[in-house]
Amino acid sequence: MELLGLGDDALIAAQRLAEWVSRAPTLEEDVALANIALDQLGAARMLLAAVGDEDELAYRRDDHQFRNCLLAELPLGPGRGDLDFGWTMSWLLMLSAAQLLRYTDLAGGSDEQAAAIGAKAVKESTYHLDHARQWMLRLGGGTEESQRRVQQGLDGLWPYGHELTEGIRDRWLAIVEPVLAEAGLKRPDDRWRPGGGRDGRHTEHLSYLLAEMQSLHRAHPGAQW
Amino acid sequence: MTATRADAAAIAGAVPDPELRVVTIGELGIVRGAEQAEDGHVVVTITPTYSGCPAMDAIRDDIRSALAAAGYADVEVKTVLSPAWSTDMITESGWAALERTGIAAPGPSGTPTCPRCGHQGRPTPVLQISRYASTPCQSLWSCRSCLEPFNAIKKL
Repeated sequence: MELLGLGDDALIAAQRLAEWVSRAPTLEEDVALANIALDQLGAARMLLAAVGDEDELAYRRDDHQFRNCLLAELPLGPGRGDLDFGWTMSWLLMLSAAQLLRYTDLAGGSDEQAAAIGAKAVKESTYHLDHARQWMLRLGGGTEESQRRVQQGLDGLWPYGHELTEGIRDRWLAIVEPVLAEAGLKRPDDRWRPGGGRDGRHTEHLSYLLAEMQSLHRAHPGAQW
Repeated sequence: MTATRADAAAIAGAVPDPELRVVTIGELGIVRGAEQAEDGHVVVTITPTYSGCPAMDAIRDDIRSALAAAGYADVEVKTVLSPAWSTDMITESGWAALERTGIAAPGPSGTPTCPRCGHQGRPTPVLQISRYASTPCQSLWSCRSCLEPFNAIKKL
C-alpha cells in the first residue's frame, strides 16, 4: 500500500466527515466526528508531506490524480448530499478497521519516517474504530429503525470494502465480523467489487468533494489564514 | 548573550500550552529538547500530542517569541513524530496543574477520579459522556456523586 493512497484516504475521509460538523444528532457526537475528521486530516498531512508538498497534493491535483479508495469518497448516506448517521457509522467501522491495519503495517515497516507516522496514527485509529464499534452495537441493538439504517449502510458500502482491504482482507474481516455479530447485524454477501480508485478511476462523488475542498485555493493560490 | 543549551530548552518548555493555559508545553511532554550550534542557531524539537492537533502552529510561534524575547534571534522549531507522544510523557507537575483546573488523569483502569469531589466511581459511577471533548486529547465525563461534568485526558 503506497503512502499516497493512504494519505488520500485520510484526506478525503476528513473532508467527508467534516460535513457532519454542526449537524450531528447530539452535541457530543458533533464534537466526536469533528475530532475524528481532525485526526484524519492530521494523518493525511503527515503522509502527504512524506510524499511531496502537502498543499500541492491536496489542492492542485484533479480527481484522476487521487489514489484514495472509493469508499473514502462516497456520500455518508444513500445518495449524494445525504447525511445518515447509521450509514456513517457503518462507513467509519469499515474505514477505521482498514486504516488501523495499514498503519500497524507501516509502523512495523523498514521505512523510518513511514514507521513513525504509522505508530502515531495507530493510536488515533484505535479510538476511531472503538467509536464506530460502540455505535454499531447501540444502533444494531437499538430500535428497528436504527438497525435498519446501519444495515442499509453496511449493505450499500460492503462492495467497496474489497478495494479498501486489498491484501488485508482476512485480518480486516477478523475485526469487523465479530462487531457485526455482536450488534446483531447481517454480514452482507460478497458480490460485486467496485474498484479503480487506486488507479485514479473515481466515482463522480469525488469531483464534487474536490470542487468544494479546492475552490478557495484555486481562486487564491497560496492563500493563508 | 551567553545562554546555555539548557536555557533555551527551559525557555521553550516554559511556554504555556495555547489550549490548556494552566500547563506548559514542557510539562505536557511536547518539547523534546533544544540544541544550540556554535553560530547561535537554535533548534527546538517538539512532538504533537495528536497528529491533527490544531495548536501546533500556535505552539511554534509561541516558542519563537519566547526565545526571541530571551535574546535568541535564530530559532528553528522542528517537529518529530518518533517516539509517538503518549500520556505517560506528561510530568507530575503537569498532572497536578491539570487536576487543579478540573481536568482529570485517565486513571489506571481507564476511569478517571472526579477532579471536583474526588469521587472514584464507586458505588455511584463516573460516567463517560463522550469519548471526544473540547480538545482532541480530552474526553467528557459526568460524576454521579457531585453531578458535575468534567474533562479527562484520554489515555494515548
